[in-house]
Amino acid sequence: MFSLSDTPLWPAAFRAVRMFVLSLLAALLLLAPARAQSVEDLVRQLPEGSFSDRAAVVSQLAATGDARLVSLLEALAAGDLNVVEETGAVVTLSGRGDPLDATDALTGEGVGEVAKASVERIRVNNSLRRAVRAAIGQLTVMSPNRNTRLSAAGAMFQAADPENIPLLDEAIAQEDDDGVRRAMEEARAASMLRTEASADDFAAAVDVIAARGGRASLGILTSALPAASDEARPAIEAGIRAIENRLALLNVAQNVWYGISLGSVLLLAAIGLAITFGVMGVINMAHGEMVMIGAYTTFVVQNVIRVSFPGLFDWSLAIALPAAFLVTGLIGIAIERGIIRWLYGRPLETLLATWGLSLIIQQAVRSIFGASNREVGNPSWMSGSFDFYGIAITWNRFWIVLFALAVFAILLVVMKRTSLGLQMRAVTQNRRMASSMGIRTPWVDALTFGLGSGIAGLAGVALSQIDNVSPNLGQGYIIDSFMVVVFGGVGNLWGTLVGALTLGVVNKFLEPYAGAVLAKIFVLVFIILFIQKRPRGLFALKGRAVEA
Amino acid sequence: MNHRFTLKSRLLGAAAMAALLAQAVTAHAQDDTIKVGVLHSLSGTMAISETTLKDVMLMLVDEQNKKGGLLGKQLEAVVVDIASDWPLAAEKARELIEVNNVDAVFGCWTSVCRKSVLPVFEELNSLLFYPVQYEGEESQRNVFYTGASPNQQAIPAVDYLMNEEGVERWVLAGTDYVYPQTTNKILEAYLKDKGVAAEDIMINYTPFGHSDWQTIVSDIKNFGSAGKKTAVVSTINGDANVPFYRELGNQGIAAEDIPVVAFSVGEEELAGLDTTPLVGHLSAWNYFMSVDTPENASFIETWHAFIGDAERVTNDPMEAHYIGFNMWAAAVEKAGSTDADAIIDAIVGVEVPNLTGGTAVMLPNHHITKPVLIGEIQADGQYDVVWETEDLVPGDAWSDYLPESAVLEADWTAPINCGNYNTETKTCGGS
Repeated sequence: MFSLSDTPLWPAAFRAVRMFVLSLLAALLLLAPARAQSVEDLVRQLPEGSFSDRAAVVSQLAATGDARLVSLLEALAAGDLNVVEETGAVVTLSGRGDPLDATDALTGEGVGEVAKASVERIRVNNSLRRAVRAAIGQLTVMSPNRNTRLSAAGAMFQAADPENIPLLDEAIAQEDDDGVRRAMEEARAASMLRTEASADDFAAAVDVIAARGGRASLGILTSALPAASDEARPAIEAGIRAIENRLALLNVAQNVWYGISLGSVLLLAAIGLAITFGVMGVINMAHGEMVMIGAYTTFVVQNVIRVSFPGLFDWSLAIALPAAFLVTGLIGIAIERGIIRWLYGRPLETLLATWGLSLIIQQAVRSIFGASNREVGNPSWMSGSFDFYGIAITWNRFWIVLFALAVFAILLVVMKRTSLGLQMRAVTQNRRMASSMGIRTPWVDALTFGLGSGIAGLAGVALSQIDNVSPNLGQGYIIDSFMVVVFGGVGNLWGTLVGALTLGVVNKFLEPYAGAVLAKIFVLVFIILFIQKRPRGLFALKGRAVEA
Repeated sequence: MNHRFTLKSRLLGAAAMAALLAQAVTAHAQDDTIKVGVLHSLSGTMAISETTLKDVMLMLVDEQNKKGGLLGKQLEAVVVDIASDWPLAAEKARELIEVNNVDAVFGCWTSVCRKSVLPVFEELNSLLFYPVQYEGEESQRNVFYTGASPNQQAIPAVDYLMNEEGVERWVLAGTDYVYPQTTNKILEAYLKDKGVAAEDIMINYTPFGHSDWQTIVSDIKNFGSAGKKTAVVSTINGDANVPFYRELGNQGIAAEDIPVVAFSVGEEELAGLDTTPLVGHLSAWNYFMSVDTPENASFIETWHAFIGDAERVTNDPMEAHYIGFNMWAAAVEKAGSTDADAIIDAIVGVEVPNLTGGTAVMLPNHHITKPVLIGEIQADGQYDVVWETEDLVPGDAWSDYLPESAVLEADWTAPINCGNYNTETKTCGGS
């Protein structure tokens, strides 16, 4: 037991002595000239002391400029460094089971096997990780690889430090790539703002940062303001104003995007309902559960892929889509044949029966999969975000917007251009007439309901990427779905699209001012008032046959 | 028709007789057992968290029976489902005590559940062991709070961020109900006490199950770009956490830049999530599954054997039930009885080991002593403890940072015997 920070039972007295000795050591280390110690000695000190002692060692390591340290520091940040308790050697481990193969973290040479019990992991926390990030930046700013230099400049921008200026000057002089040079100049400017540089230097630095724009720059300028001299102050204030104006403009665009994104989620959840409720007039309270089953299908598909075909993981969602559509579509048809067809024309009973069904499905899923959340992974193309003129757009939301629109378009084609769609519309508009024309109305009913449920299943695949996959998933969307369909106009797909996007955008513009709770209430009140005025929603179906 | 009717009613009568007989027989058989009520949601929104607690109670009862039960009798767990429905919780609590004659009840997760069953426990003078961290500002004679009060979780977490991470700007984000509201009220008072300016605190509430976090996460980013180190203190509850953390990860808020410390996120909540983008975000609890002690290792081993799944995680409220159950068992042995009044007298001062290598003591205010641990999320869904209190922290029922409750104290031993004793006016009954 070398590192003692995690053993609560150590006597307090011993702790105090240990702390004293260690802080003395740390103080000595700080006093000693950095270059006097070899890299090997410094690495050996890494495991000792508190997190801040380690951070001090890391910055000393960075000052040595030894390129071997990059992989060591990366391993440290990832929590992969271990210390062998007997020898004090710092190693990375590989292999499975016990003993493990140890590799010297600095030289990369194998040092034989070590027992699991004889090594201790070197712990990291956020502040240590920050120090490591800055140190890696310093060490790699001269790297031959362009992208490495670029991320090094980014790291040095984030951890602006006046001591980096000479290093950055040197790097800028050598740099021949414009993008990287700009990033380095920005890092240099950010560091410059932390010094008591001459007014000219200061103003130049402010200009660089203000031109960079964005929130990080705003933060740097704001924090430079209190310490700035009187001459430098106006330049900084002007820079802050310029960035803020740009951000305010971006904010509106960003809210529109967030609104569209929320709207597309609502659209996905509601579009299946637009068919079962809107077109068929069945109040299907189990609609949310179809969404949930779609999400669980994704989970099952991903599990199978993880176990049997790990290489296909990035395709898991594409495979889950048809699977979810089939599973929920078949369940939908079974529900229609088993329950709903006995209840046509009796909305209250349908509501109660499907509500009971939703409870049964929820509890069944809970019994099969357990009550806790199931992990549905995001494929790599669904993770992270990209920058669109200063707005961070997350990939998962982006794809979901596209997916929702695609589902909408396909559904529209099915309804307007296929014979099934034609029969569906015929049956819903005038059942008796359609029947006398030779359409098997019960069959069309079952297929329509299956289609609506299948689309709910598709929505489930998409929602599994942004929400919990738990038995309650569907409940959260059922009210919103009905809201969208009723608001948009029962029986009209375009109404559902416009309704979903309107509600999404309105919600997102209200949210920053009213908060998420009030925004939701306002939207509900708005819909109640709207329905009073236009009971048939935004786009009411016109025609003689639509009376109920 | 007539004939069939009489036959049917006769059959019914016979069935009723048989049922009555059967009940009498079982009632007789069960006189030899001590009954323990388990009052958790096994369906509805809270089932996600509470089902595990039901399982852990069954395990604890099972283990105690293997050791020979209590007072020479076997224990029997009576499980009811409160279905995340709080008025139902009160009915089920009454059913447990009046119909099933349980001697103690272990249950509830949400504060609203606790608040709705409280009157029942008071009226029928029974015992409730409540295992979840909560907002404090309460102490009842019939309730034992084995989860953390704000001074055992929220305040130390804020201290850690302030001292170790140098945080100067705070986002207090929570779900819109009593626990986050009260905790944030205490934290706001505490931060202002420490000299944090009002414009450096942003408070944000969201509805239960909120799933669209884009605006709020981008607000947090905005708030964090004022040039001061910013952190988020999250009292976001249950289901809403997964989409929140996903959005954080996707919008690229790294823990090194804006750390999030959560009070309602543990190993169980992380189980539904890929934690790679979350490494470094924090949670404050009194127990983590990764704590390396022999007690914890054997607890985890027993749990995995009981549940039959070596992948299942353990979490803080499970430890609270472990402590609460062992305290109750120790108090029963000490009092030589399961009578509620005898236990209430006997349990104060009872000491049992916790799973982190220390001991939990039941205090006169019906809260317990706990260590406070701050853990960072790791890529494997576990926590790495980065900081812990040197000593055990006694639970404080009434916060010292709210002026109206700073003067209050709870003490259920003679001579005070009061849950809200005013130390200024020397009277029982609040401020």
